Amino acid sequence: MTAAQAAPRPLPAPGAWRGAAWAVRRDLRLALRSKAELGVQLLFYVIVATLVPLGVGPDSVLLRALGPGVLWVAALLASLLALPRLFAMDFADGTLEQMTLSPYPLPALISGKIAAHWLATGLPLVAVSPLLGLQFGLGGDELVVLALGLLLGTPTLSLIGAVGAALTLGLRNGALLALLVLPLYVPVLIFGAGAVDAVRTGLGAGAELSLLGAGLLGALVGAPLAAAAAARIAID
Amino acid sequence: MNWFRFASPASFYPLAGRLAPWFGGAAALFAAAGLYIGLVAAPTDATQGDAYRIIFVHVAAAWMSMFIYLVMAFWCAVSLMFNARLAAMMAQALAPTGALFTALALVTGALWGKPTWGTYWAWDARMTSELILLFLYLGYMALRQAIDEPRRADRASAVLALVGAINVPIIYFSVKWWNTLHQGASVSLTSAPTMAAMMLTGMLLMALAAWFYSIAIALTRVRAIILERERHAGWVGEAALAARGAR
Repeated sequence: MTAAQAAPRPLPAPGAWRGAAWAVRRDLRLALRSKAELGVQLLFYVIVATLVPLGVGPDSVLLRALGPGVLWVAALLASLLALPRLFAMDFADGTLEQMTLSPYPLPALISGKIAAHWLATGLPLVAVSPLLGLQFGLGGDELVVLALGLLLGTPTLSLIGAVGAALTLGLRNGALLALLVLPLYVPVLIFGAGAVDAVRTGLGAGAELSLLGAGLLGALVGAPLAAAAAARIAID
Repeated sequence: MNWFRFASPASFYPLAGRLAPWFGGAAALFAAAGLYIGLVAAPTDATQGDAYRIIFVHVAAAWMSMFIYLVMAFWCAVSLMFNARLAAMMAQALAPTGALFTALALVTGALWGKPTWGTYWAWDARMTSELILLFLYLGYMALRQAIDEPRRADRASAVLALVGAINVPIIYFSVKWWNTLHQGASVSLTSAPTMAAMMLTGMLLMALAAWFYSIAIALTRVRAIILERERHAGWVGEAALAARGAR
């Protein structure tokens, strides 16, 4: 390891997995130190989902029909709300710049950050979604598919969103991130809400869930590279 | 002849100035011929009456809206790969024209939909993905606007355009599938009767007109962008002096 020899103090052998694991541990620890912030993001999801029945009326047939779409749109918005947290602090205090200089590959470090971000902000949404689904009158199978779809879909949202978050680093226009990211969320929304509808109509959600899984794998490969490129651009 | 000479803004600026009027003239000729065929020569449609004639604008605009995004993404890729300023400027110059054609396709589609389908807007797969394409254009332009430093704006918006270009087909097919899931075939764009040769000719002429218009306007706009961004370069001052002397 010539890089380790050249460095002023010995570093652990730089590898993609080590870098990613380090970033996951660090970001999770930081996230767990600000639990209140995470709670607010989860509450936002619950409140948006609660507002819809207040807006359209308590008709149970209508709410059951709207349920999957509402819960998915609320998940999209909650995911969007959490995105600035992903890089903003590290960008402001120079940590992100140090990461680009470190011997670990930047896409690996960013993958780790995205994974930690999803564990802290996406997974709670998945966990609470069956409860909200019950409020909309969804049945047993529908609740399972809703949670499964969110389990496959919310990491994709975090991955795509990371590209947008990195592109808008340091920009004053906060609403810009929504304009960049939400159109790219469309396929996830369609297949996620469609999966629940498919179960309801008796078609089975296999196709939609497979597509969500395929989207996740594709985003897993491409998004960290694009986010790393965007972060380097923001830092230069 | 070394084509890469024109990758420099200073040598591309006069070339674009010479080419733009030719493309503009061609666009005017094709548009005149296409509009004559479309509005005068083509027969009235048996089922839709004269309302169908908006097709001559609508189809050309819809084609260009998607094609310009691809061209824009191509220039963005070139600008990222070769760190070429002019390619980024071309992408920047194309975006407003692409957004314009997307908006035009949506508006003409709505105006056409009212008399034929009885509604301005249906959540048809093509209409919805066209609307999302408009959001992608607007996002690209908004990101450029938000970044003060031109080189960072070039590269950040290029990354966004490429991510968008990968997503456009995914969005299109997901929306298409969503539509078949949610809504029966109450409205179908694909069941149009076979087209008369005259109508097809008019449509192709209008498409060519839109194509040449886009090239002409992009070249003109890229000249303005070059002047704005290279204003500190010596040759810009000389060009300005020469233009003043000629007047």
